[in-house]
Amino acid sequence: MMQLAVRAEPLLDVDHLVVEYGLGNKTVHAVSGVSLQVARGETLGLVGESGCGKSTLGRAVLQLRRAKSGRVLFDGEDLTAMEGEALRKMRRRVQLIFQDPIASLNPRRRIGDIVAEPLIIAGVKDAAERKRRVHEVLSAVGLDPELVANRLPHEFSGGQCQRICIARSLVLNPEFIVCDEPVSALDVSIRAQILNLLEEMKARFGLTLLFIAHDLAVVKAVSDRVAVMYLGRLCEVGPSEQLFAKPVHPYTDLLLQAIPVPDPDVRPVEGVAVGEPPSPIAPPSGCRFRTRCPRADQRCSAEIPELREVAPGQFAACHHPLA
Amino acid sequence: MSTLLTIADVVVELPTPRGNLRAVDHVDLSLEAGRTLGIVGESGCGKTMLSRAVLQLLPKKAKLTGRVMFDGQDLARLAPESLRRLRGRDLAVVFQDPMTSLNPVLTIGTQLMETIQEHLELDASAAMARSIELLTAVGIPAPEQRLAQYPHQCSGGMRQRIAIAIALSCEPKLLIADEPTTALDVTIQAQILDLLAREQRRRHMAMIIITHDLGVVAGRADEVAVMYAGRVVERAPTQALFKRMHMPYTEALLAAIPKLDAAPHTPLPAISGRPPDPTRPLRGCSFAPRCRYAAGRCHEAKPALTSAETPGHLYACFHPIQMAAGVDA
Ligand SMILES: Nc1ncnc2c1ncn2[C@@H]1O[C@H](COP(=O)(O)OP(=O)(O)OP(=O)(O)O)[C@@H](O)[C@H]1O
Ligand SMILES: Nc1ncnc2c1ncn2[C@@H]1O[C@H](COP(=O)(O)OP(=O)(O)O)[C@@H](O)[C@H]1O
Ligand code: SF4
Ligand code: SF4
Ligand SMILES: [Mg+2]
Ligand SMILES: [Mg+2]
Repeated sequence: MMQLAVRAEPLLDVDHLVVEYGLGNKTVHAVSGVSLQVARGETLGLVGESGCGKSTLGRAVLQLRRAKSGRVLFDGEDLTAMEGEALRKMRRRVQLIFQDPIASLNPRRRIGDIVAEPLIIAGVKDAAERKRRVHEVLSAVGLDPELVANRLPHEFSGGQCQRICIARSLVLNPEFIVCDEPVSALDVSIRAQILNLLEEMKARFGLTLLFIAHDLAVVKAVSDRVAVMYLGRLCEVGPSEQLFAKPVHPYTDLLLQAIPVPDPDVRPVEGVAVGEPPSPIAPPSGCRFRTRCPRADQRCSAEIPELREVAPGQFAACHHPLA
Repeated sequence: MSTLLTIADVVVELPTPRGNLRAVDHVDLSLEAGRTLGIVGESGCGKTMLSRAVLQLLPKKAKLTGRVMFDGQDLARLAPESLRRLRGRDLAVVFQDPMTSLNPVLTIGTQLMETIQEHLELDASAAMARSIELLTAVGIPAPEQRLAQYPHQCSGGMRQRIAIAIALSCEPKLLIADEPTTALDVTIQAQILDLLAREQRRRHMAMIIITHDLGVVAGRADEVAVMYAGRVVERAPTQALFKRMHMPYTEALLAAIPKLDAAPHTPLPAISGRPPDPTRPLRGCSFAPRCRYAAGRCHEAKPALTSAETPGHLYACFHPIQMAAGVDA
């Protein structure tokens, strides 16, 4: 069994998770055997291109989409085996924040009610207690409860809507939050505000985070460790500093080189990024990255590379890792 | 070199239920043939309205004043028919959402060939050959097969490539790319920006790249204009701008970008608050409520665009940043 650099008992332990979608008579191989662990208090960043299965993995962790096989252990208990009341109880401890903040708020409901909704579902009957909690979390995310509670979502900007979503995810006092591209839809300036807010909330409420994004610089800003995903599989996992300083998987390297550098003296190298990910309906044999990899050879199409430890705490799935 | 585009004192106003909204506020810009201008600013600062003013494609109720001179002609005075011929031929555009310029019910081949035949005198087989050549140029594998497909059968990156192929089809003198990569992944973004740069060099075409990310224009534009609340607040040759930013807003925009070389959990210098309500313009500097250098006059009067020491560098600020800003922010 792989152990991805987690000290004590991890809070989240995803083990050989497989998630598929049916599409007509075809199968979309969205997540194909992903294992990862997140320690209590840690932020694990998850990066990869559009369609590589990040959201599917996040949703499968929360059991919003059931896995075909594999296990999701949360605090030692297997969520994939849970149903009904037991699962509902567990779900209070695990929350989700979405990419599109505006679309994830019901346009006809007032902000106060939107944020209180998880409390009602969880059976908190005392209205005064609900109001107290709602005010607490709205203030925590930097909104004035008196000013916003009675207003509707369309009166708020994208950044403010994301604050409201974060408040809603905090209202049940969860231990774990899956943040699915929480800043991808936001401008550079507002993005920085929300990233800082997430860091602050994490410290204040003792949270553990799975932070999904497609931008490596954004992920590095908040993550202790980073997992790089490509077409349903993990390519590389490691401590952020180490992974960014010395990526060993060719795909991690490509992602790093594709980031635009805000410095005119650093001329973008043209042609580093070629091609697009193949279809997850018919993923390539062997290494799924081989159709875009400059180092690919015969072995890469014949044999699936397994994650192996290449440096302390750093794991890569590649037959010809970068030195 | 000759000036291809001159934007002189352009104002765009839109009537809204909340009152008159000034989306573009006295903007002056110019661009020479074959050069690239980057326009940078937050969402809602007027980038799109400015580019639509150039294209004369503003919403019907919008009011435009000032002049847009393109290739020696005053666009506001052109007859609608001449304007239509100009757009698509000499003046082309690529939008953030490629579906804005693609027709979902027509095949890619039909759309490309229609544009080509509308503007160039080519017969069907020559137009077809040119379509294939263009799709190849923008990096679409198996272009012959793509011609028969519809936009929804392509990925977001592919669609943007096709939109670019259509925009390039008549060898425009100016291409306006309005956030062409904002909806795309970093890898696809890099590919699309490479593609635009390559085609621009090859065709000696002028280009305006609009973005909210200073990183996108740093290595790719000759000149950068930073917009805030409808105005150009700083403008300079790219090298000069990054060497020394004068305007606190520009510096703040750069500082807010997460840097790859920063350690994890380093708090980002975010810009607090958000831009002012464009229907409620401020008396003083529009950036004053968010500016850490704001003092005295900043709340009372609007700073005018002023020349810096470096040629071609303009800024609108009462208290320009003194030290070299650099990338260390
Ligand atoms: N309900 C569904 N039915 C069929 N296929 C689906 C469904 N949801 C997702 N997929 C497919 O599964 C794959 C993984 O999708 P997923 O949304 O997890 O990707 P992602 O990494 O989150 O991408 P993005 O960056 O675009 O959010 C994609 O090919 C997607 O098209
Ligand atoms: N069709 C429209 N009607 C009224 N206001 C509009 C319209 N389109 C844009 N605006 C407003 O004009 C201002 C500038 O918008 P825009 O040019 O789209 O900004 P940007 O492209 O920089 O994000 C914003 O305040 C925006 O809300
Ligand atoms: S296994 Fe082969 S194809 Fe895959 S990343 Fe490594 S070298 Fe490239
Ligand atoms: S004029 Fe004043 S408020 Fe405006 S940017 Fe300069 S220092 Fe800041
Ligand atoms: Mg997703
Ligand atoms: Mg715009």
